[in-house]
Amino acid sequence: MDLQFYPLGDQAVILELGKIINPTIHKHVQLVSKYLEEYPPDWIIEFTPAFTTVTVFYNPTVLFYEEVCQELSHLLSNISWDEREKYRIIEIPVCYGGEFGPDLINVAKINNLTIDEVIHIHTSREYIVYMIGFAPGFPYLGGMSEKIAAPRKETPRLKIPARSVGIAGMQTGIYPIETPGGWQIIGRTPVDLFLPSNEVPSLLRAGDRVRFTPISLEQYKEMEQTRS
Amino acid sequence: MMTIIKPGLFSTIQDLGRYGYQKYGVVVSGAMDSLSFRIANLLVGNEENTPVIEMTIVGPSIQFHKDSLIAICGGDLSPSIDGLPVSMGRPIFVKKDSTLQFGKCKNGARAYLAVSGGIVTPFVMGSASTYVRGQLGGVMGRVLQSGDQLTIGYLNELSKKIREYVHTKASENWFVPFLKTIHPIVRLLQGREFDLFTDASKSLLINEPFTITAEADRMGYRLSGPKLMQKEHTEMLSAAVTIGTIQVTPDGSPIILLADRQTTGGYPKIAQVISIDLPLLAQMKPMDQVRFQMITLEEAQVLFRKTEKYIATIKRAIELKFR
Repeated sequence: MDLQFYPLGDQAVILELGKIINPTIHKHVQLVSKYLEEYPPDWIIEFTPAFTTVTVFYNPTVLFYEEVCQELSHLLSNISWDEREKYRIIEIPVCYGGEFGPDLINVAKINNLTIDEVIHIHTSREYIVYMIGFAPGFPYLGGMSEKIAAPRKETPRLKIPARSVGIAGMQTGIYPIETPGGWQIIGRTPVDLFLPSNEVPSLLRAGDRVRFTPISLEQYKEMEQTRS
Repeated sequence: MMTIIKPGLFSTIQDLGRYGYQKYGVVVSGAMDSLSFRIANLLVGNEENTPVIEMTIVGPSIQFHKDSLIAICGGDLSPSIDGLPVSMGRPIFVKKDSTLQFGKCKNGARAYLAVSGGIVTPFVMGSASTYVRGQLGGVMGRVLQSGDQLTIGYLNELSKKIREYVHTKASENWFVPFLKTIHPIVRLLQGREFDLFTDASKSLLINEPFTITAEADRMGYRLSGPKLMQKEHTEMLSAAVTIGTIQVTPDGSPIILLADRQTTGGYPKIAQVISIDLPLLAQMKPMDQVRFQMITLEEAQVLFRKTEKYIATIKRAIELKFR
């Protein structure tokens, strides 16, 4: 295992497990996260997994940087890197098009597809949640088909409603909270992604797999009413 | 209980921030000037991480409905009680029905009002800190407004003793000196992507002054000055960032990430402000100039421990004085 350590200021260390986005490096990131969650050393404040890194925050009155690197190297030697990955599969219902997905037609046109074909392609894959970042509960999803790729909008919208599902380049994602943004918006989910009063405040976690399922406007309204 | 008569420019409830949830994308927030924040709490006998009011450039007017003990630390926003100026950096007895006001911003940018017993607000994910963009914490996740009623918590034994002492010996003049912020030199560590920048850009960073632009808030400060260019364009993968991370946007301008930063970022990190110099930055405002100096990680961590010892000494001195 090729591990590199880099300081992130005087209170954090970046542990790098690779240079490119791919499922194997992602699995290694997940194994480190899982280990740190199950056996948290008392000097760790918290950690943030990303595409190829796990950043560990620590208190420099307890340990200096060099000591932290040594401790981490030692801890990580306990990980069996070929362990099989366990993950959750989360279904996200989406009402595509119409008022909720004003750019669905656009995405279809760009790719010479019908609207139904775009929906079919978007819902036929399993996506990896590589990391959560950018906004509370926002998943960076990997694995979208290039057949439905679409560039960002030239003029970003000032407000994209919470729970909107969008496409930007080769990426697809879901906005947990209302934000400005330039993504092509293709639908909306009735499910909350950011749950500030829950112990785990994010519906999705790094390592999860996501499947989108199409729902009708009626189903959407029903589900929206019953959401907690 | 206290009532906000006028809210000031941007006043929020803050503590040291929301830790343990960055992996879910939850922003840390917390006091911008954590040193002034901690000392203000110590001066009124509170635990260091007790919720306070952080105010920005223009302070609020606040009416106290019962006898209270307060301390104000950080930037000098000309505090006064019922028209009489009051000192900063020391505990102050406030009589029932008096009004605390602020005037001209003479120095710095942010002041911290600690009240003994603390301000009682519901905790969200373990913290009272307000994150306005995410509508989390504080008073309904927003800045304070006229008419807000804030509840003050119960006083511990130390707070009671300090209040008694300050009430009877109000004339005694002692205080904890606070940081001066005129043309400070902010110390940096090399960032992860430091070597992706041209040699010219690296030396500009430490030899030229930068100016804080109008795009300066709790999320971060955009700086103007010489452009910092990469040797060649490199696509970055998003990864964790932290308070004090200096990112450079594609046009070459640096942004210093501060309390309300996002948890991850995708711009190259040229440098990192050392933790103990973050309070200096928190006290700077648009148009202020800043100069940088590069030190080593070993030096920064030794300085970090020294600062913690200094705070511990202040804490002990207060406990001894009022025991």
